[in-house]
Amino acid sequence: MKMISIKKSDWADAMKKVQESYALAGPVKDKGGHTFRELEKEEVPDLDYKETKMSPKEVVMPKTEVMFTYTLDTKKEGHHILEEVPFDKTPRAAVGIRPYDAKAIEILKKNFDTEDYKDPYFLNKYENLTLVGLAENNPLKVNFSTSCGTGPFDESCLDIILAESGDEYIGKVLTEKGEKFAAAAGFAEGDSGIESKIEELKKAAESKIKSSVSFDKIKKMTVLDLYEAPFWEEVGFACINCGTCTYACPTCWCFDIQDEAKGAEGVRTRNWDTCMSEVYSVHTTGHDPRHEDWQRTRNRFMHKLKYYLDKYEDGIMCVGCGRCVNQCPVNIDIRKVCQQMNDYEPSK
Amino acid sequence: MNYYTDKIKEISKKILSDGKVDTVFGFRKGSLGYMSEPFMAKTAQAADKLVFDCNCRMNLVNYVTNRTGKIGIVVKGCDSRNLVTHIVENKIKRDQLYIIGVPCTGLADKDALLEAAEGEIDSVEDDGETVTVKGEGFEKKLSKKDILQSNCRTCIKRNPVIYDELVGEEVPELEIENRFEDVEKVETMSSDERWDFFNDLLSECTRCYACRNACPLCYCPTCFVDESRPQWVGKGDNETDVMTYHYLRAFHDAGRCTDCGACEAACPMGIKMRYFTRKTIKDCVEKYGFETGMNLEQRPALDQYKVNDPDEFIK
Repeated sequence: MKMISIKKSDWADAMKKVQESYALAGPVKDKGGHTFRELEKEEVPDLDYKETKMSPKEVVMPKTEVMFTYTLDTKKEGHHILEEVPFDKTPRAAVGIRPYDAKAIEILKKNFDTEDYKDPYFLNKYENLTLVGLAENNPLKVNFSTSCGTGPFDESCLDIILAESGDEYIGKVLTEKGEKFAAAAGFAEGDSGIESKIEELKKAAESKIKSSVSFDKIKKMTVLDLYEAPFWEEVGFACINCGTCTYACPTCWCFDIQDEAKGAEGVRTRNWDTCMSEVYSVHTTGHDPRHEDWQRTRNRFMHKLKYYLDKYEDGIMCVGCGRCVNQCPVNIDIRKVCQQMNDYEPSK
Repeated sequence: MNYYTDKIKEISKKILSDGKVDTVFGFRKGSLGYMSEPFMAKTAQAADKLVFDCNCRMNLVNYVTNRTGKIGIVVKGCDSRNLVTHIVENKIKRDQLYIIGVPCTGLADKDALLEAAEGEIDSVEDDGETVTVKGEGFEKKLSKKDILQSNCRTCIKRNPVIYDELVGEEVPELEIENRFEDVEKVETMSSDERWDFFNDLLSECTRCYACRNACPLCYCPTCFVDESRPQWVGKGDNETDVMTYHYLRAFHDAGRCTDCGACEAACPMGIKMRYFTRKTIKDCVEKYGFETGMNLEQRPALDQYKVNDPDEFIK
């Protein structure tokens, strides 16, 4: 494994250099804090950030994505036939992504890359993407990533991991994709002491995380026991059923397909959807199996903390980033709900 | 306003034990130091969890729409005006309610608290004049008037207009020099400037609808943005669709909005959508001399017609 280091003062130049062959996404300061988005040429990922309100999910699953175009104009060739939108094959890199947000992309992949169906929209982006992570030395208090099978220094889903250390970034190249990116950016080879330095920083960062969730007992309960637990109405009382948690969440993968036309020209788009909304679950008959607000709240937590857990047998559908905790307008806290579920003792 | 907590608990326990109400809608302490969570107490024991402070940013009237049974509800001045609107609009009956009125000294702006703190916030205490923010290695006393939510700075009714019991002495109402300074600023813009201003204002909207869902006025069984036959508005991030949503929502709230600020407090992206609703408030005040929800006898502004209603704006 190759160790790398780069002086902070050289960072901007390296990123400009890498943009000759890569399109970048990364954290940049916008109004009201940092946001993680596609960057314009010459825009440099700002690694001096605490958090981004919206997760980097958009890099592989845009808020709105055009899938097809069509024309209803019978004078035009190919009218009434959906035309695929060509895929941009420029190599892309998400630079400065938090390690647990990269893990979230792997969780999304479970939905979009299955034996039965391979989603070209997701996979084209995913396969073309290099993940250059920035470890988190000072995790926020709402961060509980270490109890979600990842953490502020999790290397498992990254191609390169960088960590801030004094006036430089030190790091490791973890994959072939990472090697290509490091070469394109001209990252200098670092000394052998870097590995132990990163290990030290990792220990220090992980020890700062005091917040955690347990789901060991949820696994042993039946779906119906949990579904019928008496606490859901209370959990969901405050919930106003907005989409804040689902949109901020790096692992929420639901989408809605829409046709939109102007005159005879139209597009078929795929948009983020939210299970908090009544339109998400209402049937064409008008019947809604989750008509009550609290039933929709229950569904989100059951999906993340029970259905996913049972189906994939790979932990919960949450990486512990804490965005939903911070942003929920009524302060519903997934850590508390998970605890409540795990502590529940169904009456026999 | 922490000092109201004991009184709210006392009243709630009493009305729950006496069977006057089936449940009390209030707030409990949040998991974050600067948040309080809307909470439903069904027993006197549960009522022990009730709190009140400057972090109670949601409008609880939002939770009583079309409810059955008897409900105790904690309301500030603005919320109480929404209760009036709800009663007038037949969304709840007066005799279903036991109204616990809070003479309000204003809510703390969440972003202002986060900005003023020198680290992550563990607790926020509110004595009505001073707000004490504590976290690891810091304790900061802030003058409440410096960190108020912007709607609380132009509040016209801090004391509830309708209540069964007050939790404290009435507080003096504010003397405001120019209540609509912000709206006037927008009114003086050219239409191009205004277009850019609104575009910028809404540029980060994710259509999560937290503003709509936090709003007690937005109780339509199906909101126009969710209609599919016909579908009035696109669902993606198209800026015209985003604008259509915000403008239409403001129009729907015209003559009904009390400027409680729940929409802005709920917005995860910090969008100031009250620029739109406040224009409708200003027009109602200036054109019809109408203030929303001040008493149960008054019909809503857009629900009545007088021959001498101003009409010079109809062209």
